[in-house]
Order: sequence, then structure tokens, then C-alpha cells
Amino acid sequence: MSNYLDFEKPIIELETKIEELNQRASRDGNDFSDEIRRLQKKLGHLQKSTFSNLTPWQKTLLARHAQRPYTLDYIALLMDEFHELHGDRVFGDNLALVGGLARFQGESVVVMGHQKGRNTRENIERNFGMPAPEGYRKALRLMKMAEKFGVPVITFIDTPGAHPGLGAEERGQGEAIARNLHDMSRLRVPIVVVVSGEGGSGGALAIGVGDRVLVLEHAVYSVISPESCSSILWRETSRAEEAAKALKITAQDMSDVGVADRIVPEPVGGAHRNHKEAAENLRQALVEALAELKSIPVKELVESRFQRLRSIASYGSTP
Amino acid sequence: MEWFKKKKIKPSFSPRKVMVAEGMWEKCQNCKEIVYKKEIDKNFRVCPKCNYHFRISADERVRIVADEGSFQEADADLVSTDPLHFKDSRKYRDRLKEGENLTGRRDALVSGEARIEGLPAILAVFDFRFMGGSMGSVVGEKIVRGIEKSLALKVPFISFSSSGGARMQEGIISLMQMAKTSAAVSKLGEAGVPFFSVLTDPTFGGVTASFAMLGDIIIAEPKALIGFAGPRVIEQTIREKLPDGFQRAEFLLEKGMVDMIVERRDMKKTLAGLIRFFRNEHG
Repeated sequence: MSNYLDFEKPIIELETKIEELNQRASRDGNDFSDEIRRLQKKLGHLQKSTFSNLTPWQKTLLARHAQRPYTLDYIALLMDEFHELHGDRVFGDNLALVGGLARFQGESVVVMGHQKGRNTRENIERNFGMPAPEGYRKALRLMKMAEKFGVPVITFIDTPGAHPGLGAEERGQGEAIARNLHDMSRLRVPIVVVVSGEGGSGGALAIGVGDRVLVLEHAVYSVISPESCSSILWRETSRAEEAAKALKITAQDMSDVGVADRIVPEPVGGAHRNHKEAAENLRQALVEALAELKSIPVKELVESRFQRLRSIASYGSTP
Repeated sequence: MEWFKKKKIKPSFSPRKVMVAEGMWEKCQNCKEIVYKKEIDKNFRVCPKCNYHFRISADERVRIVADEGSFQEADADLVSTDPLHFKDSRKYRDRLKEGENLTGRRDALVSGEARIEGLPAILAVFDFRFMGGSMGSVVGEKIVRGIEKSLALKVPFISFSSSGGARMQEGIISLMQMAKTSAAVSKLGEAGVPFFSVLTDPTFGGVTASFAMLGDIIIAEPKALIGFAGPRVIEQTIREKLPDGFQRAEFLLEKGMVDMIVERRDMKKTLAGLIRFFRNEHG
């Protein structure tokens, strides 16, 4: 385990110690069971106290954890079959946003999401999970296909944001995102959105308009990254921790303002510690969300999706 | 270091000083010419020397576009509630107060009913001086209410954007205004009510990436800077200088992102023509 965050360190150390004792016990035949039990109890407490009191910044780091399950991991763990589809039919394909046809719990779904890489080579290929316009246009193409054949859409959000680049601007990054928001709000099939990692601004929202929004326990969702917010408002990048707190970006915050319908619990220590368990927790939430949505007539479904967006506001009135 | 020090000293006869002292002259930010202020005003706040379109207030915009006395402002009472109790180097509430002092408005958007060459329409106009025209809950709500009014009256919805994007100080609620306004635009489409989006200098971020790029007709003012990511962010990302004219209205026209570039002096006439087209009445 070479890849861990600062606040994970004491936990990792304790785990290593327990592992060592276990190995020594089996090698030398000594009985360390009392000591191991004691340490395991301590580990349990430590994990609980660390992960129930994470700061928004720590959650940001966890949401960006290089070992965190990504869209293709969830698809592999949750779906029975997956046929990835490529290209926007206009300009090209984009590997920062993947999608395709899948079978979930015996039924067809169209599934898509941002895709980060786990190492430098992958990250260059995936552009760190920051899609160009053709990524969003591919996503919309797949959603329209879902609509045409009457199957639900599942999206996974995990991006630092839409790619800021010359080509992206030339090809209408703003228009691509806007079009998705517009068309998703009227799509005539159920849409379930999973904020699985990093929900970075408009580039996240561009596949985030749906009937149910499930947010993983340690995922974050924000109008701007804490780093950018810090550099714009404090005029220095070092205030990201403060910005993360001020922006209210945690799953709990999303639930408080009605952006999240459900917080999906993560395994102890975060989703990256146990991909399988994270996926199984999500499976349960997805099954329930899809079952609920299936019973709603299309017209009602679309109208309540609109009303859901319509009602997100916070304003007063002064004569 | 004498030369360096000298640079810091303002010349006693700086153009800026002329403007402040006399109030009759104004320096064009583009061509740096000193122009008689009245001449600029008469010219729709466009530089008579180089055709640079000065940024204008929402009130000036309404005056240029709407028939005299026809504008009836709506929802002027809406105010931000500071839902996050946001404080960075300054309190959000203080920034709001400052915006109000600068513009005489409670937020960055002025909206209401108006007539253009006698034809009714709903206008939604950003004021960039109010926190960079950023879109938070009040701006989003006013746009949606404007659209709802358009739907009720079956008259075109016309927006004039000038915005840095979503308002950070309201966090995720601001982000959601992008989805909210875009969804509302789809209602216009369903009802067959036209939406003209006018992009003025500057239009960026969450405004570009939502309702502003969804107009049935998208118009830009000459040389307006329009984009998703700001030029500085892009430069930092690609680590090279951006080409001349990048993200200008003319660039967007060339790339197929806007329908037309319209000079400010022709804006009213153009909008009236578009309204007549969509009304499609005989005669």
C-alpha cells in the first residue's frame, strides 16, 4: 500500500502491525491473539473516529483518491454485460467520458460516466477525466438512444471539470454542456445520477440532470474546485482547505439542499479500500431507484424532473 | 533602479486624470484614444474611433433596446439569502452590498416586459458591475420567471448576457441554476415561443454553458469575449499564448457557434425584425 493519504497513515500503520503479528504467529507458532484482538479493536475505533469526522478538504482528497473505484470499475462490478460505444458522430471520440449498453439486474440500461486514469499514461489518455465537447456529445447521443429504445440511463460523475483548452473552446464546450442540460431535462426515460467521486462544476453537471441523484458518502460536488475558488477569491491557491469548507461540497451538504436524494454508504476507510463492497452498496440503491422510477408515467417523470430543478433556489424578498 | 521607480510615478497629465477631472472625456480601453464622452454616449456607448463596444449597465441596455417608457421591471425585490454564510477575503454580504451600491439593484440581472418597435417581449439583462454578472439563485430565478412570463404571454424571451459564470458564493445552488435555466428554455421550445440570446462582453463559464448558448437565435456584439473557460485558465493549461482574436465574437462566428454579430446601433432593429419573423403575421 504505497498510495495513501496523510490521515490514512495511522490506520495503515496499525493494519501493517496486525498483519505482521499474524505472520509471526503463523511462522513461529506463538500466540499473539490477545494483542491482535486489542489492536483490531483499536483499529476499529481509529477508523470510525477518522472517517466520521473528515473535513471537507479530506473528503476532497478521498474523492480524488487514485485507488478509488472509477466508472469502468463500477460497470465491471455491477453490470452483467457491457458494450462500450464510441464517438459523437461529428468530430471524434473522447476517452474522458465513457459509455455504452449494459445489462443490470436482468434489464438493459445505458450507462456512462467520466473516466479518470490510475497512472500517468492512463491519465494522459483519459485527460484526467476532463471531457472535451465530443465527450458530452457522445453522452447525449447515447442518452437519445436510450430514449428511443425506452431504457433507463445511469450516469457516474467523477471529474475535475470540463477540459479548458483551445480545441474545446473552438468546438463549443459551453454549447455542448448547455445542450446536455437542456435535453436531459426533457429525456423521456428515467435517469439515475451517481456522484461517485469528484463532482467538478459544469463538466460534472453536464451528465448530472436526473430523476434520482445518489451521492457516495465521501464524494464531493462543487460549483468550482476548492483550489480555483481559493485562487480567485483569496488570490492565493493555499487557501483551498478553507475554500472546501466554505463551498459546502460534501454528500451531507448535497442532501441538505435537496441536490442528493440518497447518500450511499462507503466501506470503512472509503470506497478505495474495498471496491466490491462499495459497488454492492451502490447496487442496492440503484435497484431501488430504478424500481421506483419505472412505475412513474413518462409525462409525470419528466415534469417532476423539471420541478425538482425549478425548486432549487434560495432567495428572499425585500420591497 | 531609477528607471523602474520612475515608471511607478503617474504622469501629471494622464488620460485617466483628464477623465476624472473633467468628466467630459473618456479613454477608449481598446484604441486608447481620448474621446468626447457625449460623442460616445450618442453613439450607443461605442467608440467612434475604433468601434469598440464599451460595457454598459443593464439600464443603458434597456434604454438602447426597448421603446421609450415601455420597460416594466419585474421581480426587482428578489435578494440573495447568503445560504452558505459565505466568507472569503470578504463577506459575501458585503460584496452584495457593494454590487447594490454600484448598480442600484439587488442582484446582477434586470428583467421585465418591454416593447421593441411596438412588439412585446421579455428582456433579461445582466449587469456586469454586480459581482461580475455572476449567476446565483436570484439571477437563475429571475431568468426562469422571465421565461415563464414569456410562456404566459406567448412573447419572445430575450437575454443579454454579460457574466463571469456561476456565483461561487452560493456553492452548489449556483451550479444548479445552470440546469434550472436550461430546463426552462426547453419549455419555451415546447411551446414554440422564441428565445433570442445576445452575448455581450464578457460571457463565460456557467452562463455560456447553460441558457445563453441555447437561444433559437444567438447574437453576439462585435469583439465581445465569449467562452466556457477563461483565457487565463486555458493559457495555464496549455502553457502557451492564445492566438489573437481567440474567444472573440468573430472567432465564435467563424467556428459556427453564433448566428450573427450585430452592432449595438443595429440591435433594436435586428431584434424587431426577428420578432416579426417569428410572429409571422401577414402584411
